[in-house]
Amino acid sequence: MARTATAPGAPKTLLGKAALEVDDRLIVAGPLRRTLNKVFPDHWSFLLGEIALYSFIILLLTGTYLTFFFQASMTEVAYDGSYAPLRGIDMSIAYASTLDISFDVRGGLLIRQMHHWAALLFMASIVCHMLRIFFTGAFRRPRETNWLIGVALLILGIFEGFAGYSMPDDLLSGTGLRIMSAIILSIPVIGTWAHWAVFGGDYVGELIVGRLYIAHVLIIPAIILGLIAVHLLILVKQKHTQFPGPGRTEHNVVGNRLFPTFAGKATGLLLVVFGVCAALGGLVQINPLWLWGPYNPAQVSSASQPDWYVMFLDGSTRLFPAWDIYLPGNYNIPALFWPTVVLPGIIFTLLLAYPMLERKLTGDTASHHLLQRPRDVPVRTSLGTMAISFYIVLLLSGANDVIADKFDISLNAMTWIGRIGLLIIPPIVYVLTYRICLGLQQHDREVLEHGIETGVIRRLPHGEFIEVHQPLGPVDEHGHGQLAYGGAPVPKKMNQVGGARRAIRGFFSPIEEPAAVELEQRGEDRGLAPAEPQRELTTSGRPAEGGRPSEGGRPSEGGRPQEPRD
Amino acid sequence: MSTTNPQSDTQPDEGPRRSRWSRRPAEGSPAAAARARRRSKQRRRLANVAALMTGLVLTGALYSTLAPGAQAADEGSESSAEAAGRELYERSCISCHGENLEGVPNRGPSLIGVGEAAVYFQVHTGRMPLVRQEAQAPDKPAIFSDEEIDQLMAYVQANGGGPVLPSGDLRDGDLAAGGELFRLNCAQCHNFVGEGGALSSGKYAPSLEDANDLEIYAAMLSGPENMPIFGDNQLTPEEKRSIINYIQTITDMPDPGGAGIGRIGPVSEGLVIWVVGIAALLFGIFWMGSKA
Repeated sequence: MARTATAPGAPKTLLGKAALEVDDRLIVAGPLRRTLNKVFPDHWSFLLGEIALYSFIILLLTGTYLTFFFQASMTEVAYDGSYAPLRGIDMSIAYASTLDISFDVRGGLLIRQMHHWAALLFMASIVCHMLRIFFTGAFRRPRETNWLIGVALLILGIFEGFAGYSMPDDLLSGTGLRIMSAIILSIPVIGTWAHWAVFGGDYVGELIVGRLYIAHVLIIPAIILGLIAVHLLILVKQKHTQFPGPGRTEHNVVGNRLFPTFAGKATGLLLVVFGVCAALGGLVQINPLWLWGPYNPAQVSSASQPDWYVMFLDGSTRLFPAWDIYLPGNYNIPALFWPTVVLPGIIFTLLLAYPMLERKLTGDTASHHLLQRPRDVPVRTSLGTMAISFYIVLLLSGANDVIADKFDISLNAMTWIGRIGLLIIPPIVYVLTYRICLGLQQHDREVLEHGIETGVIRRLPHGEFIEVHQPLGPVDEHGHGQLAYGGAPVPKKMNQVGGARRAIRGFFSPIEEPAAVELEQRGEDRGLAPAEPQRELTTSGRPAEGGRPSEGGRPSEGGRPQEPRD
Repeated sequence: MSTTNPQSDTQPDEGPRRSRWSRRPAEGSPAAAARARRRSKQRRRLANVAALMTGLVLTGALYSTLAPGAQAADEGSESSAEAAGRELYERSCISCHGENLEGVPNRGPSLIGVGEAAVYFQVHTGRMPLVRQEAQAPDKPAIFSDEEIDQLMAYVQANGGGPVLPSGDLRDGDLAAGGELFRLNCAQCHNFVGEGGALSSGKYAPSLEDANDLEIYAAMLSGPENMPIFGDNQLTPEEKRSIINYIQTITDMPDPGGAGIGRIGPVSEGLVIWVVGIAALLFGIFWMGSKA
């Protein structure tokens, strides 16, 4: 065989050679390897944001299909499609084309329903993701920017959803749009002008559906997409946070590499999200707008609600007293202004500013990459649950007529339950959460000091009964444990520290033979097993942060990443 | 003619009446004329009051002589159905609606003039007889048989008259027009698809899901509970039939998109996305990720 001119270690397979050719031209091997080696923590809660990402992808795909058939025009036509109960009725082309999507376009109804379910899921998963970030303190320095972007995505999602809800020009969406028009009009000084700018005249005009359409399919999605990109780039640059635990420090990330493990998981999750949306879209009817009928300002239906992510504003409107303010000169500020403009303004400002507020109030300006357990920050946790309870009262009040109807409660009673509940439930929730946090903290300290309760009762020679405790580490002369609390979960049961045979692996069904595990365990010394079972995890260093003095007690070179591992 | 207004001097029938009641002819001098005018004005007022009183007394007397007679005549020619209806009425309805259907304050309204349509609706949907006084009578399984309901209807109809039940095919109307009328007249309370909805203080518009054609028609005619009456000059019989056609078509229509989840829109949809969607995905990520 003749010697070739290739360097030692050159690729020999076809694929490898092709890759070399590409790399020769584009020089991508380095960055690509670094990207593929990125380490993702493997805690389940880190996947909440991914659900939002994947539902957004589904929204883009299904939405694109819908644009082929939807016509954003408010020109009146007489309907002449498949749905008999509306045939011959005058309606806008927008509504007629949505009916056609539902009844006359192949797969149209499935795609429309998937699109709507994915939208609800997008907003719900954003909220879940945001709650995880909030309660674990993941928004702290250096991640405030990503928090701001996240809140911006939430707000944009609300507007995007509202635009989509309003476009079909059915009786429900028209009612929502009428309320939006009233909200804009209620803003002092600029209200009328803003309304004229948005609607191009008095309500409803003939422009609004076209404008909503462009906002819905182009402007807002483009901004959302851009913000998601920035969100992820910042995430990659700053690296993930992680929960504290053995081997997990402020200077590394423990988890799975992007390739192959995390890529596999992510693909799996994408398919699961797709599956859930497809199943809901195919099996559960959403927004059956053929039943609502075309929009007509003279008509309105009871139980006209917005989608769930706007329902809290409907709730605040229902609860707020009718306090119109009359000013000299025939001006007034309608009561609607406070619950629909001022209240969300305050809520979202607080949400945006929370990382900065907390930094200011606690004086904690250090960088944090290890997450906090919610119990360890009782004030923040209690504020969070308080805010959630406030929100839930508003959300339920948004549906209070349906609740009143279905549960045989007086609607007036529901309103007063909401009004009083809105004021007294959040403080109660704050106090309760605070006490629960302290209780959980104390129990952790108790176990660290006295050990795990084994359930073994021993009778001493003089008759006293004691429960045997298993210390978690070395003890002092009084038998008290000497381990300090490290912010990580403390084992509370004996089998968490190897007191029993380790758990058989498998989520749905065992993936290993129990007998084999038994044998394997017998072969081992029955000492305390490591808390972390044998999972394939990788440690990755963090980029140094310019040797900030705030990196408490860290040797200046200690956490330097080793180059090939990144 | 008895509604004379004492303030008004320019009644068209003033002339002949003055000539009848004030026998004093008009005199020449302006002072005398003015005095006469004042006097005649006063007199006229008195006369008007007297006329009114006489009219009222006469009407009352006429009524008191005629009304019992009418009732006696009724009793004489009462059919067997009406008699049976009276029997049922006296056993089950009399405590709230009174001995002569005149109603009992704070208990039950008068049934004079409500007609058989109201009886049919209230009794056939089980709303009457009432279990207890509350914000609104709920529907429940009917207590009376169809035959007994007919007897009650005959009894109430015979005593005061009122709207009667229609006959023929009650779905004989234009479907799409019925939908438009339904959204215009009914959806405010009964919801887009007749799911019903809450009203103030524990009152509600019931779901139309289980209502039959005749019940819906009778409800429109009689306006039970908080519902307005849609008389034949508000909604013509054809329009009523169109509305019934729409309601029953929508109710019987399968949901093309899958499970209907109550057909009430965003509330149940929000519930489903959290309880089903998010729960399923949490399960998925528990499966994929590790626990703390």
